Amino acid sequence: MEKNNLSATGSTMKPDYVIGEHPDLPPPSNTIGPIAWIRDNLLSSPANIVMTILSIFFLYKILPPSLDWMFFDAAFVGEDRNACRAVADGACWAFISERFKLFTYGFYPIENRWRVDLSFVLLVIAVIPILFDKTPFRKYGLWFAMVFPFIAGWLLVGGFGLDPVPTEKFGGFMLTLVVGITGIAFSLPLGILLALGRQSNLPIIKVFCVSFIEFIRGVPLITLLFVASTMLSYFLPPGTNFDLLLRVLIMVTLFSAGYMAEVIRGGLQAIPKGQFEASDAMGLKYWPSMRLIVLPQALKISIPGIVNTFIGLYKDTTLVIIIGLLDPLGIGRASLSDTKWTGLSNEVYLFVALFFFVSCFAMSRYSLYLENKLQTEHRR
Amino acid sequence: MRVTQFAALGAALSLTAMTAQAGTLEDVQARGELNCVVTTGVAGFAAPDENGKWTGFDVDFCRAVAAAVLGDGEKVKFVPTTGKTRFTVLNSGEGDILFRNTTETMSRDADLKLTFLPVNYYDGQGFLIRKELGINSAKDLDGASICIQTGTTTELNLADFFRVNGMSYEPVAIETNEEGITNYSANRCDVYTTDASGLASTRAALDDPSAHIILPEIISKEPLGGAVRHGDDQWADISKWVVNAIIIAEELGVTAANVAEHAAAAGDNPSINRLLGTEGDMGAMIGLDKDWAARAISAVGNYAESFDRNIGPDTPIGLARGLNASWKDGGILYAAPIR
Repeated sequence: MEKNNLSATGSTMKPDYVIGEHPDLPPPSNTIGPIAWIRDNLLSSPANIVMTILSIFFLYKILPPSLDWMFFDAAFVGEDRNACRAVADGACWAFISERFKLFTYGFYPIENRWRVDLSFVLLVIAVIPILFDKTPFRKYGLWFAMVFPFIAGWLLVGGFGLDPVPTEKFGGFMLTLVVGITGIAFSLPLGILLALGRQSNLPIIKVFCVSFIEFIRGVPLITLLFVASTMLSYFLPPGTNFDLLLRVLIMVTLFSAGYMAEVIRGGLQAIPKGQFEASDAMGLKYWPSMRLIVLPQALKISIPGIVNTFIGLYKDTTLVIIIGLLDPLGIGRASLSDTKWTGLSNEVYLFVALFFFVSCFAMSRYSLYLENKLQTEHRR
Repeated sequence: MRVTQFAALGAALSLTAMTAQAGTLEDVQARGELNCVVTTGVAGFAAPDENGKWTGFDVDFCRAVAAAVLGDGEKVKFVPTTGKTRFTVLNSGEGDILFRNTTETMSRDADLKLTFLPVNYYDGQGFLIRKELGINSAKDLDGASICIQTGTTTELNLADFFRVNGMSYEPVAIETNEEGITNYSANRCDVYTTDASGLASTRAALDDPSAHIILPEIISKEPLGGAVRHGDDQWADISKWVVNAIIIAEELGVTAANVAEHAAAAGDNPSINRLLGTEGDMGAMIGLDKDWAARAISAVGNYAESFDRNIGPDTPIGLARGLNASWKDGGILYAAPIR
């Protein structure tokens, strides 16, 4: 093609390139740039054209009023709802900013809230080396992550030189984080053990694991929490005072461990039998073969399911309202009963939704990152 | 549904647990904290403020009991509950006393094994409806969709009222008062029904209160009061007489401001002297010291003070005393004498 063109345009002109190494021409102007993108993605067929027009119409209908309500016509400062109404017709964010501390710390004593802040900072320091393997000083970071739960527990609950804070004072985002992160951190190892136990050849272990998993999957979390909070007092000897938050943590962990076990079992069953036989042939015993050969592959397959369970657990923390602990949603609902601010439910629910969206979206993005990083097979 | 079954199971089991739960006073004093069952939030009655401190009319009674028993109205752990979980929480021993807009009924008293304290608020069930629907009487509500809190007496009253009048309705089940407001203002039900005290505050919270009316019919008696478990009469007595003391303080003109002065030395009025322990020793009869009532009153004030502070005409809730005026002022609030 090119050669023909060349010879046609002028055989007398000397080409300014080495013969046979013609540089790439730029792509035709109608296949690049924003116009081409619009044509390819929005207007490629009559059906797409209709969809595009409809979408633009709906965005036009929805977006400006919501933006107005949320930002342009919203009140950000004010004493009470009437002050908000006087300034603007839209959202009254002054309510959220006044209540922000309550949303964050719950009923944690004001003079001790620095301990919550410090725990949060330490949490970030502890989590980064676990999440990203290129973190500098990762080895020390991992050691720190091992002791972090004890440090955080000491900081939050107190004792040993700090003022003790009863756990029923926990609330708001910090409660969600405490329950969510404890549940996530403990349910994964427990779930792995249960999944392995379910596959075990030892009948007692197998029966125990199967019945545990099936029991957990057969009962709603809300029932378990309810039993933990109220029924337990009937079964324990009178006078026993078993911390309410601890009961919740145990129940949430056991609950998600049951689900986790099934997710991981899916991963285990996807491992070809040859892998087990190969590790036997290498002379590996049960635990080394699991640790070195089977689990790394099984867990990698299970990542989407595992993160799914984590996200579910994180959102299920809102159920603690049933046993009288106030998570952000509970705090929000209780705040709505403040006579100064009643009737601002949209603001509260949006704010709480934003918090959960940010946390859960971060988890799901991290899971995608991890899947890509561990990708070894050919992409389909 | 499951929760209700558990509530029933809890009530049944409480019978067996009862013997273990005598001695609530000792438990509370050993713990140094009163576990008080309240709502997750009803404006004016119980809700946390921006610093996480619980305030409200019901909350004041919790604090009064704590002040009488522990000497400090702040030593209360509030246990927020929904309408369904409240009695289970109380019966299981997670709560020592309940002040949660709770209507005293025979079945709750006898079947759920509760001992009710003197009524602290006389209420009745009403209807809130949009003006534009043009309905002026509850008898015209045939076919309406009605937001109703589950697990409450209002639910049962509503069914009774519609049955008696041969009408039908479509219930929209909600869990909390706040959810009721949200659903009603989003037009998911035509009518919101709850106790009239709740309706007044609900209406005040709506975007345009003048577009809504409260129908004239009050379809039920709702004597709201505190409750404790069966099986510990001493604890029931303490709770009962703290409530009575708060009511009597209003009759006698004892307030948070002047209680210290009255309690310092015996005065001319023997009723005040008995109330505040400057004459005789009434406290010993319920296992407390002489100053029990003085402490309760100085923590939260008398009935009128608490009412005006939390739900009275000068608050956004704006409830008039009405039936809840002292018997001396034409109401039906009438406490047994301390003597």
